[in-house]
Amino acid sequence: MGVLSRLTALIKAKMSQLLDQAEDPAVTMDYSYERQLELLRDVKRGIVEVVTSRRRLELQAEKLRQNADTLERQARQALASGREDLARLALQRKQTALQQLQGLDGQIADLEAEQNRLQTAEARLAAKVESFRTQKEVIKAQYSAAEAQVRIGEAATGLSEEMAAIGIAIDRAEQKTERMRARASAIDELVEAGTLEEFGAPKGDRLERELQQLTANQNVDAELAALKRQLGPPPDTGRLEDRR
Amino acid sequence: MIVRILSEGQYRLDSMYLDRLNEIDNRLVSVVADGSDEEFRTLFEQMLALVREHGQAVPAEELVTSDVVLPDPNSHIDDIKPLFVGEGLVPG
Repeated sequence: MGVLSRLTALIKAKMSQLLDQAEDPAVTMDYSYERQLELLRDVKRGIVEVVTSRRRLELQAEKLRQNADTLERQARQALASGREDLARLALQRKQTALQQLQGLDGQIADLEAEQNRLQTAEARLAAKVESFRTQKEVIKAQYSAAEAQVRIGEAATGLSEEMAAIGIAIDRAEQKTERMRARASAIDELVEAGTLEEFGAPKGDRLERELQQLTANQNVDAELAALKRQLGPPPDTGRLEDRR
Repeated sequence: MIVRILSEGQYRLDSMYLDRLNEIDNRLVSVVADGSDEEFRTLFEQMLALVREHGQAVPAEELVTSDVVLPDPNSHIDDIKPLFVGEGLVPG
């Protein structure tokens, strides 16, 4: 048995679950109008979940981009102050952030595609539900009772296949958003910790503190220079030098 | 014949393509058994292309059942494997 025959059998099994309740598929479909509306609500909810996951990943990607920019700036500062070791560490972290970012971008695109597929599927199911309701009346008016039953039955089976297929699509989207949620929480921790290679490291680890110290020193130097300019040449430069 | 691509929709495809579909399907079975996702994708893309290029999309208002069902175009090899566990997802 191949992939196609197994999948075709799977759909038929789901269809017969839907049609099982009555001998006449047309009657079943009438009764399952509620189920059709329920499915349409399910797919709408699925779309909302996919969109939420996507937004969350986009937000994380934005944070990672900012982190990468900050780390690069810090690397420059470190290098300017002759601290190549710190600069190297900062650049390593920037690379890790960029790698994460690449993975995220792919997943964001994937979720976008999923969203489009669900939206198309929703529109198609809605069109088929509507079509079934009108076709039924037309067929009833045009054919003898026996013939009408056969034709409406065929249409009902066609609709039930669409319902089975959309059920599978919703399950799939749910699994996907669940995986994304798990991944997003893992990345949240990384972003939160500010350090990407030491998973779960406390905020303000050694590198960050040293870089902050470096920035603080540079700021002090800059302010000092500014003050000196404001005050003009001091009578005794020695005192200021002492304070440094 | 009517061919459905899951989550994409139905196509009306001339039955002359059935042999070609079955041929790719047979190769898919062995790839799913012991191949990589890359090999799976290559074959699966061929299958999708065959249906999309030679088939005609069934209008949304039309209510017909499919003769053949293809997986979701975005499927990974791991999504297909469960179909082959034991009896597959469908007993019998």
